[in-house]
Amino acid sequence: MQRSFTGDFEILASIGRFVAESVKEASLSESDVYALQLAVDEAATNIIEYAYRDEGQGRIDLTVEPAAHKVVITLHDTGQPFDPNDVAAYVSDVPIEEMQERGAGLHLIHAIMDEVDFKFDKRKGNTLQMVKVIA
Amino acid sequence: MEINSTELKRCDLIEVSGRVDSATADELMAAINAIQDDGRYKIVLDLGGLDFMASKGWWTLIQAQKASKRYNRGEVLLANVPKMIKENLDLVGISKLFRLFDDPVEAVGSF
Repeated sequence: MQRSFTGDFEILASIGRFVAESVKEASLSESDVYALQLAVDEAATNIIEYAYRDEGQGRIDLTVEPAAHKVVITLHDTGQPFDPNDVAAYVSDVPIEEMQERGAGLHLIHAIMDEVDFKFDKRKGNTLQMVKVIA
Repeated sequence: MEINSTELKRCDLIEVSGRVDSATADELMAAINAIQDDGRYKIVLDLGGLDFMASKGWWTLIQAQKASKRYNRGEVLLANVPKMIKENLDLVGISKLFRLFDDPVEAVGSF
């Protein structure tokens, strides 16, 4: 299923519902559905914050494709190039005073999804493809 | 998201339900700040009604914990954390920053 959303934080709840609806026919556990919703929420938040640099600057095209033993999720935006290597690595084994917010979303996406691939094309923009293998 | 705050004798109890994400986390932060700005740093967050919490929400909890623990003036305790939210708190190593309680009454009593 494919749907286009405005790049605003208010639509995150709708994106979550769309993810759940898209995988309704696949036999996923409640825990897997929640994890997919979380990964997509973090990816969409990163698009608004880092690719568009603010709310209301562009659209987010989301595709969720359940297949045998996996779910393929693609997010596309036309914002600034996003290079995951520019994001500082998230570190949790430090005292609480030293913890930084930046990188937590990306860390989570990698922890949840089995494949994460960012691509930037000058004409098309950013495309993030994520695959979750379902046991 | 819904937030209900109650000032108790030993601490403040904040019940949070619904969804905490980038659209709503600021509202939760404001509710916690209002209590801390009033000089009360012992806080129990009852998360039993939460459906969803993104990393923005966890970061709100971390900021609250930092402010409460400064100068040993208090602590933020988490109660009733839903299973799926707890699993994801573990993924980013955040649950170890909080004492977790199954029952908010037990959390309140620990102060």
